[in-house]
Amino acid sequence: MIPAPFSYQRAWSVDEALDLAARRGDEARFLAGGHSLLPLMKLRLAVPEVLVDIGRLDELCYVREAGSDIVVGALTSHQELAQSSLLHRELPLLAQAASQVGDPQVRHRGTIGGSLAHADPAADLPAVIMALDATLVARGLSGTRQIGAGEFFRDMFESALEPGELLTEIRIPRPKAAGWSYVKFTNRGIDWAIAGVAVQGGRVALVNMGPRPLRAAAVERALADGAAPGQAAAHAADGTSPPDDLHADRAYREHLARVLVARALEEASSRAAGP
Amino acid sequence: MKVSVTVNGSAVAAEIADRTLLVHFLRDVAGLTATNVGCDTSSCGACTVLLDGQSVKSCTVLAAQADGRSVMTVEGLSSDPAEMHPVQRAFRAEHALQCGFCTPGMVMAAVSLLAENPDPTEEQVRSGLEGNLCRCTGYHNIVRAILAAARGDAE
Repeated sequence: MIPAPFSYQRAWSVDEALDLAARRGDEARFLAGGHSLLPLMKLRLAVPEVLVDIGRLDELCYVREAGSDIVVGALTSHQELAQSSLLHRELPLLAQAASQVGDPQVRHRGTIGGSLAHADPAADLPAVIMALDATLVARGLSGTRQIGAGEFFRDMFESALEPGELLTEIRIPRPKAAGWSYVKFTNRGIDWAIAGVAVQGGRVALVNMGPRPLRAAAVERALADGAAPGQAAAHAADGTSPPDDLHADRAYREHLARVLVARALEEASSRAAGP
Repeated sequence: MKVSVTVNGSAVAAEIADRTLLVHFLRDVAGLTATNVGCDTSSCGACTVLLDGQSVKSCTVLAAQADGRSVMTVEGLSSDPAEMHPVQRAFRAEHALQCGFCTPGMVMAAVSLLAENPDPTEEQVRSGLEGNLCRCTGYHNIVRAILAAARGDAE
């Protein structure tokens, strides 16, 4: 399969990328690693007329400390996240989840910004950055704005980014509570999660339990009220609307969410208690 | 558009359609047909090559994205059949292939895996091959071959 014809433009700076995209408005898409966009284009589920390749923007590849936050450049690959000693020390949840995205080839090419902007509810990192209470930084021709992770994911494959606006950075506060866990259930190793859960302290976010990543609000409330992990996890499917597809029906996903949240909370709590 | 890719150490330059995928550039422009197109949906890994030393699925990379960069295919591992790469020798010694369709991608995934982790555990080899499907061997001999190559006893 070959994508429908498009015009390829390569940007050498963020400013140039914004200019190139602005010329074609809705018809242009940014290309980072391409591991979400190119498969959609082959299937004609996305048919952009212009691809603006931002893959050479080294200025967007970094993981560093900035005051009380850890900041991650949008073009940082999953492999780089998984190998970052800073993330292993400060945000092990992100490093560990990144090491479980797709397969090694996908992790070499795929980027955190691409994965978030794609806004697939079955992807790993959207739920992780919700559990981490991250802020996303987007640049457009009219300036820079910050979007909370909870407001960024609007619907299936729909983010808060405007046409021509580029996600440039993810800012993550150092977690106040130490326990963390990322657990997902897949059919084959490389598949999207049938369901998954990211936990950081008392924040719990669910993968593929609705058209966008969700905070498990009822679980978080139960934990705040002092419930044990097993009791809190009983609320994991409350308020969710999981898809019904060839991998699993709704009731199965609801069951899976309760099981996975229980496991993740146990793991997080044993990590918080220390070795 | 015009692209120039260093393929197995030699520059390959051509005028191509913007939508050309790297795997088609390698097979149809560079004439290197060992790299197979399998699922064409970045699932099976048959098209795995190294891009700047890292394994990638060449059906999910545009040739334009490889412009100015370095690609290695299985043909580039050794120029002389008598002097096979240690991973290739290990695949032969351990019977790590049957029909052979997945083999070029499997070998390149293994080369990338061992470059990142020269002394992997069996578990690490198995998870490192998650992106490559084999429908013949059941994987056991492939895993054995990669562990043998890592130990250096692949004669």
